[in-house]
Parts: sequence; structure tokens; C-alpha cells
Amino acid sequence: MKHKTFFWFFLPTASAMILFIALPIFSIVIQSLFTPHDAVIIVTENCDPFGCKQETTIDQEATRDLRKSEPLGKFVGLEIYKDRGHLAVNEIKEIWVESNNFAEFRNNIGNLPFYRAMAFTLTFTFTVTPLMLVFGFIIALAVNSLHQTLKGLTIFFSLLPMIVSPLIGSLVLFWMIDSRGIIGEALQYLFEDPDLSLKASTGLTWVMLIVYGVWHAAPFSFVVFYAGLQTLPMDTIESAKIDGASRLQQVWYVVIPHLMPLITFVALMQLMDNFRVFEPIVGFSAEAHAQSLSWFIFNDLGGETRLLSSAATSSVLTIIGVSILLFPVLIRTWRDFNEKSAK
Amino acid sequence: MINHSLKLPISLKVSISIFIVFWLIIAAFPFIWTLWGSFKIEADFFSKADWMNALFAPRTIAEKGGAFTGDGYYGAWVQENFWQAVINTTLVCFFVVGTSLTIGTLGGYALSRSSYKYTFWLLITALIFRAMPPITLVAGYLLPFYEWNLWGHLATTVIVLVAINQPFTLWMLHSFFQKIPKELDESAKVDGCTQFQAFRHVIIPVMWPGVITTGLFSFLLAYNDFAITSMLLSQNNQTMVPKIASFMGTTQTEGNVMFAVAAVVSTTAPLFIMVMFFQRQIVSGLTAGAVKG
Repeated sequence: MKHKTFFWFFLPTASAMILFIALPIFSIVIQSLFTPHDAVIIVTENCDPFGCKQETTIDQEATRDLRKSEPLGKFVGLEIYKDRGHLAVNEIKEIWVESNNFAEFRNNIGNLPFYRAMAFTLTFTFTVTPLMLVFGFIIALAVNSLHQTLKGLTIFFSLLPMIVSPLIGSLVLFWMIDSRGIIGEALQYLFEDPDLSLKASTGLTWVMLIVYGVWHAAPFSFVVFYAGLQTLPMDTIESAKIDGASRLQQVWYVVIPHLMPLITFVALMQLMDNFRVFEPIVGFSAEAHAQSLSWFIFNDLGGETRLLSSAATSSVLTIIGVSILLFPVLIRTWRDFNEKSAK
Repeated sequence: MINHSLKLPISLKVSISIFIVFWLIIAAFPFIWTLWGSFKIEADFFSKADWMNALFAPRTIAEKGGAFTGDGYYGAWVQENFWQAVINTTLVCFFVVGTSLTIGTLGGYALSRSSYKYTFWLLITALIFRAMPPITLVAGYLLPFYEWNLWGHLATTVIVLVAINQPFTLWMLHSFFQKIPKELDESAKVDGCTQFQAFRHVIIPVMWPGVITTGLFSFLLAYNDFAITSMLLSQNNQTMVPKIASFMGTTQTEGNVMFAVAAVVSTTAPLFIMVMFFQRQIVSGLTAGAVKG
């Protein structure tokens, strides 16, 4: 295809992506370096028979004009990155000096909001991803051994947790684990603790969110692995059997190596997707115990005062995190492409 | 190995069956339970006294005179204007799917037919864009949208969702178009068609399976989105998912939770029907990206 034809075909989609993805990314980087103007303060001196007093008032009009004429605010460089709500550079230095041992250091850092969100996001990403891989793989093996007529029905029900919006999926589970809901009451009965509430403790909240994450994501790996199982080389299996491999050995030495490219694909995709975990925290109303980086941005943007600079800073930091996770994906795509063009 | 299930030992067969039943309960039961519960009053669905109340609904019978009540649905749809959100979602989904498929097929087709190196870099860029969490972009939208009075309108949200959707759409359609033999449009061009005419008369008639699959995923993205819609839409223009979230925000007075439950069921039902009809396409779409790589 000629360059010119290509250009016209590609123009609409390119302009959409440039205007609404590339420019906003550029914009948040800029925004994160600015902070809203302080209010303009007028000092007036009021003199009465008892003496003079200085009064400070906020000049509403001038403040509004200033904020309107320069909506970005004033330039502060990397100040917002270093403040307490983000990387908290000074606080960390203090904690480092004051803490006696590493455990104390870690605990104190856990009190800083950004690091707390980071800790949850990373824990979520790196527990949900392996668990959903394993769970999806087991479901795929099990469904593959079913009778043909049952397969379709099983796949239909298996797709449901993945297809509904994360917010709705988490609300549905949230109502069931409510202390008056069916799972909540079952747990109270099992542990013989009538006051047991999953929402009350940080540890249990994290477990709940991780269980939700696996529930939501397992269908994806199941479907992909199931498709992979359909292309299994039967003769390799047969020869493994003749060599006396047990079922477990067949799975370990034949099936898993065969699915390996798919496993890496799902794992890499999931690392990126789980890193943006956000809706479940809203759905489970879990923000008191678990905050993620995305929720952190959402919280800054919502409410009465929209903290755009702060949100932009968190966004930039989140994008840096995503980029690190994205790196292996890019390398893999690069390798695939070179292999294809070499052929 | 496992395909010939007749050869499986009985113990393995039993444990597989148990596991499948276990998984099906985990996957489907929450939805069935919520559907059932949405026809009860709060005191039954959330019963401190006895979980069996949610099944037999003694309080619902006492208060409403029957075991099922549509009060939650009435409250959500009529009192809280959920119908408005349904219309908004319909509009948003329709235009998002339409626009993103139109510009996506053009772009995806071009990517699959050009052999220059820059197509690779464009695809890589799309992949990077695909990895950006949508919520991180919102801070970049708000300032210009306020300045130019674009905030709160459905049209703005549609365009933003289309753009966010493009990277994925491009990847999917690019791989579908690559499966359509190049000789088809090459021969049309030999016969004197321009590239666009070749696309229009030769490719469009055969591209529908891939386009429908991609369209389903565009639809899901628009239908399920929360991050963008909750941030960019005004109260009146809210779609279903942010509307449900705002039900939760209002004080959890008696009955209000049941509005949310009814709204959740109303939102999930269309998805059920969609999966029922398009299961094959969804599965093929999920595996398309994986198997090719």
C-alpha cells in the first residue's frame, strides 16, 4: 500500500488516539508540575480610636481572575512528586533516621498513603495473576474431559464472572458476604463468631479483593488455555504414555510446555490489567482498608475539590509503573515480529 | 490425553465432576442468588435472623402479600430514573461501537496491507496505549473539557471511549484482516480499482465475522466502563454503571439497597442474553490475540 493511501486510511483512528490518549498523557505530565494558585490576599489597615489593626482578606475577584487566566496554576517543578501524598521524600528520610530496624521502617512507610496504595496494588497484581493462571488451567483441563454437550453450557456459565462489569461483579459478591448476606452468615456459622465481618479487618479485606480478582479473571485464562488444549499434539501424548508417564507427568512434561506461549501471553496481559485494579474497591466499599493507585487517582478527581495536580502526579507515577510491567510484552512483540519478517 | 474420557479411571472422573460443579456454583450462583433476591424486600434479602428468609421471604409476604415484589425495580426505574441511564447507555454503546468499528476497520485494514516498517511501530504504540489505565488519562481531559464546556455531554464521552477503544480494536482487526488473502484486493486493483474501491467491494463483504467479534468487545468496553463515565458525565447523563455506584453513595436507607440490587440485575440481564447468542464469537475473540502470538 502506498504511503499516501495508508495515511488517509489511518488518519481517523490516528487522530482519535493522538487527541484523546497521547495528548492527555502529555498534559498530565505538564499538570503534575503545576499547582493551583494560592488565593490573593489583601492586607488592609483599619484604624479606629483604639489603634490600628491589620486585616487580611481574600480578594475573591482577583483570585478568580488569576485562576481563570492561568488555569494550569503556578509552576512548582517536582514539588508535588515529593509531597506527603505522593513519594514523601522528606518523610521517608525521617522514618529512615528514626526507625530502629527494618520492620519498623516498613511499618512506618505503610502509613504513607501513596506507599500503602502501592503495596496493595502490587500485592493484588502478583497474587491474582498466578492464582488465576493455575485456577484457569485446572478448569480448562477439567472442562476438556467433559462430554461434548456439557462443554458449551459450562463455557457459558464460566464466561459470566468475566463479562459483567467489575463494579457490578464486586457488588454482587459484596451483598453476599455482607454480615447479613448468605456467605457472610455462613462464615459466621463456620467460625462460630457472630461478629465476624470481612469488611472490618484489613487482612480479610485484602483476601476478599484477591478472591474477587481471581473469580473475575479465571474465565479469561480458562478460555485461552481451553483453546490451546484443542491443538494438543496427540502423538506426543501417546508416546509419553508408552514411555510410562503418569497423567500428572503428561500434564507437566507435555501439556504445560505446549501451552507455554499462551501462559506467558495471559500472564503478561493480566499483570497489566490487575495493576489497574480499581472498581472492586469501590464495589466492596473497601477504601478504608485497601487503596490502589487507580483508586487514589479516582479519589483525587472526585468530590467537591478536584485535585487535578495531585491526580496528575499519581497518574504519571502509575503510568511509570505500568511501563515497567509493559516492558516484557514489548520485548516479546518485538521478537515475534522479527521472527515473522525473517521467515 | 483427556479427550477420550472413557479411559479415565472412575476416581478421576468423579473428582473432575465435583470440581466442575464447584466451579459452576462459584461462577453462576452469585448471579442467580441476586436475581432471586432482587424480588424480595431488604429485610429478607439481608436477613440477620436466618438466611433461609431470603429463600422463603416471610417478611416480603407479610408486607407485600406475596413472596415476590417488584418494589426494587419500581424504585430504581421509576423513582430513581434508572430508565434515563438505560437510554444513555444505549446511546453511548450504539455510537461507540459504530464509530470505533468504522475508523478501526479502515485503520486495521491499512495496517494489514502495508508492508512498511512503520506499521510495526504503529502497532507497538497502540499496544502501549492499550496498557494505559483509562483513569490516568482523566486528569488530562478535565481541564480542557471544563474550559471549552465539553464536560458532561454524552458525545464527549462517546469520543473518549472510542479513542480508548482504538488500540484494542486495531490489534483485533489487524489480525483478522491478515487472515483475508491479500490476493483478493490485489486482483481487484489489477482490474483497475483504487485501494478504497478494492476495500469497499472486495473486503467489506467478507470481513463481517471479524468485525462482529471486535464489535462485541467494543460494546462490552462501553457498557462496562466506570472510570471514564463516572468522571466525564453529568448527573443527568449518567450511564447505568456509574448510576448504580451513585445509588450506593446515597445513604443506605431501607429499600435503597434493593434499588441498587434491582438495577444490578437489570444491567446484567442484557449481558446474559448477549453471551447466550454470541458465545462462540466471544471465545474466538479472547483467543484470537493469544493463539496468533
